[in-house]
Amino acid sequence: MSSLKLEEVSKSYGENDILKDISLDVDDGEFLVLVGPSGCGKSTTLRLIAGLEEPSKGSIIIDKKIVNEKDPSDRDIAMVFQNYALYPQMTVKENMEFGLKIRKLEKNEIDLRVLEAARILKIENLLGRKPKELSGGQRQRVALGRAIVRKPKVFLFDEPLSNLDAKLRQEMRVEIKKIHNLLGTTMIYVTHDQTEAMTMGDRIAVMNDGIIEQLDTPTTIYNKPQNIFTSTFVGTPQINLVNGELVEKNDNWYFISNNLEIPFSEKHRQFSRFLNKKVTLGIRPEDIIIEMDSESNNSNVKINFVENLGSEMNLHFSFDDIKFVAKINNSENNFLNHFCKIKFKINNIHIFDLKSEEAL
Amino acid sequence: MKYKIETIMVFIFLLIFSFLTVYPILNILGVSLRHDNAFNTRSLSFIKFSEKYTDENQNGLWDLNEDFIDSNKNGVWDSGSSINSYITLFKNTDFLLWTRNSIFVSLIVTLTGVVFASTSGYALSRFKFKGREFGMTAILTTQMFPATMLLLPFFILLSYLGLINSYIGLIIIYSSTALPFCIWQMKGYYDTIPPSLEESARIDGCSRFQAFYKIILPLSTPALVITALFSFMASWSEYVVAAIILQDPKLYTLPLGLKSFQASLSTEWGLYAAGAVVVSIPVIILFISLSKYLVSGLTMGSVKG
Repeated sequence: MSSLKLEEVSKSYGENDILKDISLDVDDGEFLVLVGPSGCGKSTTLRLIAGLEEPSKGSIIIDKKIVNEKDPSDRDIAMVFQNYALYPQMTVKENMEFGLKIRKLEKNEIDLRVLEAARILKIENLLGRKPKELSGGQRQRVALGRAIVRKPKVFLFDEPLSNLDAKLRQEMRVEIKKIHNLLGTTMIYVTHDQTEAMTMGDRIAVMNDGIIEQLDTPTTIYNKPQNIFTSTFVGTPQINLVNGELVEKNDNWYFISNNLEIPFSEKHRQFSRFLNKKVTLGIRPEDIIIEMDSESNNSNVKINFVENLGSEMNLHFSFDDIKFVAKINNSENNFLNHFCKIKFKINNIHIFDLKSEEAL
Repeated sequence: MKYKIETIMVFIFLLIFSFLTVYPILNILGVSLRHDNAFNTRSLSFIKFSEKYTDENQNGLWDLNEDFIDSNKNGVWDSGSSINSYITLFKNTDFLLWTRNSIFVSLIVTLTGVVFASTSGYALSRFKFKGREFGMTAILTTQMFPATMLLLPFFILLSYLGLINSYIGLIIIYSSTALPFCIWQMKGYYDTIPPSLEESARIDGCSRFQAFYKIILPLSTPALVITALFSFMASWSEYVVAAIILQDPKLYTLPLGLKSFQASLSTEWGLYAAGAVVVSIPVIILFISLSKYLVSGLTMGSVKG
């Protein structure tokens, strides 16, 4: 168990800046998720921590010691790769023993650790098999086992579930989280899947274009995104974004963008300073209230697509060429091609500066 | 119907080529097993044993091409074959010495080939360094020149270095002609092994070199086998370069030794053929015993599949 710290770490390949002055502080025993679109630098960050790449600048600190110069073998970390990277010529048991044998542990200790890890992962009956005789999920478990037996200071996961099917992915998500609770080791987990990030992380670092956009708990990231990028990256369906301004009319508040005029369900003092300013408004799909309305008038919209998810429904509509999605609890009403009245839950809107895209 | 015709065509094609391949070998085997130096016969008569013969003119020799002898006069020729040529080969010639020389040279060349090709192929596959692209093209370019064109420069170079009539000179040339192919071959194979395997090994506690020889080398057995075979063959059956470098008969390798049976006036075809058969045996054994490694697919199952 150990803490981990990155101090103003940069990484460039020639002219390409992959990481720009990243600073990160991971507490002892924390489960930190690095999430972001492909090419944002999250895997590079992980490889820098592992020692597979050298930073162009900055320092990497494990357990209060700078490890920049240390070889991966001396950093006492374990890594689970996206493609599992099991040694094909070795059996499951040999795969799991390999790291321990290299470190010259005693045979009894090795056997004990391998059996314990196999028991935790329920792969005791696979120990004699070769990787090619295993299914994807089993290989992933072996890769996890190989990391667990090492009892490392830090676990690194590089998109470990992206090659599994949806059902298995969900199972393994729970499994990895359980292992974390059991071992209490510091874990850093890279993924591009925001569901994995939200469900697994104690904290999430949302990365984009070589920088960390926001580092916070899942709840804070969802409820208080610091900028437009973070707000769009977390949450499905994606947050609705409209450029326009807040206007007070007839003692009521409206959001106005060209012909779009949406009343707020209530007034809120907190937003009064944005009145009559150009802003980008973000509203999550579940924060749009939809009421069926038989007549068609100016402020009404027509629902043009319905996604039924069983417990919930996503209603798609557009206004003034701006597309919106609203998420409501499942209902018997047939919304398709009907006119509806829409309202926003004002407490839950996000307002961003139009230019800097930062939250106001 | 179309399928059938295609199959028949394939079989005819294969039959023709099998015949073209097998006939000369059987012929050499036949010649090596004859009593005398009968070279110009087309019959594969060593296969026929104990056959009735006719001896119209009672000269004790078989009439047709008078090859066979009936020493005990029982009306059946003794045998179409004899291993006399083989006995003479081992007893009365320097064949064993040449074999020793050849094995020595070939093993060193094989070892050099495997060591240098496996390491430089790895470097070219995994590391990005200045001159990498150029180096790879340069290595490939050396393969464009025919060996005969290089004979003179080789000779001049080696005589400057005082390496004429020495195995070192021969080994340098054999290795340098075999290595380019082997390096490319190894590099191509390493490229198919995911780098995450070494990375995983390094995180598990291996140094870079340990990761290479504990994880990557065992996985590369098929490529190593091909490299070894290629290097071995390049030196085992090479004649032209050996002929210009080795002048002392005590240093002769097998191809040179065999050629020495061929004199300007008479050639000992029986010995020559017997020698040729013996020389090809190790190669055949090597191919058969290593054939299982020539099937690749060892990396299956290591990564997502």
